[in-house]
Amino acid sequence: MNVQSKLPLTAAETALVEQFGQQFSSLPGNADVVTHRDRAVEAIKVNGLPTRRVEAWHYTDLRRLLSNVPAHDPVAIVDDLDSLVDSATRFVLKNGKIAEEGSVEGISAGSLASALRADVSGVSLGDHGAHDATGLINAAFVTDGFVITAQEGAEIARPVELQSLHGGGQVHTRNVVTIDAGAKLTVIDRHAGNDNPALTTNVTELKLRKDAQVTWITVQEDGAAATHLGQMNVTMDEGAKLTLFIANLSGKLVRQEINADVLGEGAELTFRTVNLIGGDTHCDVTLSLGHLVPHTTSTETVRSVVTGKAQGVFQGQINVDRIAQKTDAQMACNTLLLSDDAGFSTKPELEIFADDVICAHGATVTEIDHNHLFYLMARGISEKTARGLLIKAFVAEIVEELDNEKLVEALETRIDAWLEAHG
Amino acid sequence: MLEIKNLHARIAEDGTEIIRGLDLTVKAGEVAAIMGPNGSGKSTLSYILAGRDDYEVTEGDILYNGESILEMDPAERAAAGLFLAFQYPMEIPGVATMQFLKVAMNEQRKARGEAELTTPDFIRLVKEAAGSLEISMEMLKRPLNVGFSGGEKKRAEILQMKLLAPKLCVLDETDSGLDIDALKIVADGVNSLRSPDRATIVITHYQRLLDYIVPDTVHVLSKGRIVKTGDKSLAHELEAHGYADIINEAA
Repeated sequence: MNVQSKLPLTAAETALVEQFGQQFSSLPGNADVVTHRDRAVEAIKVNGLPTRRVEAWHYTDLRRLLSNVPAHDPVAIVDDLDSLVDSATRFVLKNGKIAEEGSVEGISAGSLASALRADVSGVSLGDHGAHDATGLINAAFVTDGFVITAQEGAEIARPVELQSLHGGGQVHTRNVVTIDAGAKLTVIDRHAGNDNPALTTNVTELKLRKDAQVTWITVQEDGAAATHLGQMNVTMDEGAKLTLFIANLSGKLVRQEINADVLGEGAELTFRTVNLIGGDTHCDVTLSLGHLVPHTTSTETVRSVVTGKAQGVFQGQINVDRIAQKTDAQMACNTLLLSDDAGFSTKPELEIFADDVICAHGATVTEIDHNHLFYLMARGISEKTARGLLIKAFVAEIVEELDNEKLVEALETRIDAWLEAHG
Repeated sequence: MLEIKNLHARIAEDGTEIIRGLDLTVKAGEVAAIMGPNGSGKSTLSYILAGRDDYEVTEGDILYNGESILEMDPAERAAAGLFLAFQYPMEIPGVATMQFLKVAMNEQRKARGEAELTTPDFIRLVKEAAGSLEISMEMLKRPLNVGFSGGEKKRAEILQMKLLAPKLCVLDETDSGLDIDALKIVADGVNSLRSPDRATIVITHYQRLLDYIVPDTVHVLSKGRIVKTGDKSLAHELEAHGYADIINEAA
């Protein structure tokens, strides 16, 4: 046994442990799953939530920031959410239960809860160890989600929209999405809720088989009193192409973890994040990317706008394996700070064990360009409008890379709304 | 239309005085050229007129149609009819040129209490103005000034000027970096805007531009003051003999 001076559990930690005791008999899963859930809670009980002493949580001291957790509220009223683009096929979770399950040719879909009961291969409640708070909380409490497979060679024109919606309380969902060889798909992954206190976690397991092509858009629009802990675990096989775009548009305390392993030669990852962080909120994007074979490519661009008293974090770790020669990885984190009280912490980490690679990273933190502002105002554009145009331009550059006009328009509408409220 | 009285101004950051007792009057319908050597304060004057806050006016006043504009911000001055064509137009990634033009035109209309333009009206106005400046609609789809050549940037400035139809135009070294063909296109654009109720200030280092935009008055700026005023022949005199004689004579 470890000998360590254990801190007393916080109110939040105690609540998690106690709620598990009350809920576990109603949580889906076979005997193995139940054991796994129990171990996850035990890990939280023994280690507590991670503090700044845990490197991966250094800028997001979860133990301090998560001061209390609400109880699961199975009867909370959940508002419907219009699809981001009209043509999307919807798969909707409300308060962690399946509420709508679309049907698309080339896609098989089922419930995670059923899979956990039936011991379906490839569906399990994995986590990343003792400090993986997101993975552990989710493993302990997850109620449902979708298990979706895009079948080999299927080119699916209409986007699939996954919605995880809540009306407050605790909601834990997990989606397992597999894109079989050569399949093509756009997934819109939405997380939203009302302004009641909430703790939501979501884990997504995304597998791209050989030559799969996926555009994955996560839009996080959680409520003003919500903690959202998201985690994506991605693997990419040979020749797979993934554009992973994450927009964080609200929420009180947000952490988005992305663990991606590029496992096949010729695979290409395009990672883009737009964070609009305002008021008294905290938003953390933590990427851990492994280039594990030769000849793979990735670009990572994170654009954040931070205002009010908000705090933003980006941790970008790229590991290039000893054998992963000819890796090309380019990472940039650009931040626009709009107020003196706002802050942003950025930590790029490159661990390169191969000797023939091109890897670069850069980070900037700036204010609105004074010369640009003057130029726009000199054309009669009021200061507020001019600032809005410049802020929007800063993030729109990234949004407009998405090769889908409807999607770009929908995201820009949300950016406009944020600017109207915070600009 | 414009009356600058004993203007003194300095760089806000370090207090360096650039404009030292400048007097200038420009009437409606007039084209006034301001010429002067490097460092005489030409560009600073244009920025102060436009309201750039990197400069502080410490003494004197700028009257536009009889009223001081010193307390107005750049957007208010523009809405009141003042336009500065920049020597170095800003490249602004992420802001589409068409969007910028539409916002600028409509913000000015709004400030003046006029109705916003409909999209078809806006497009029609842009097409009309762009054609004579040899600006393609393709170019206007690009982000504002991004990747434009020097000549394209200057033509884009004149396009903005035509669309915004200001009352007082200030052209800051619009000829710099232009070849002769581009210079003619730009000059034609400026000349097309000459009218009895509009005044233009052409700031330039060289006489060349003034062959195409013929001024009514020429003012020589040195060390932050107008040291000599004359008609267009003064520009030729400067071209022939350089600035030194005139500046020494004035001193």
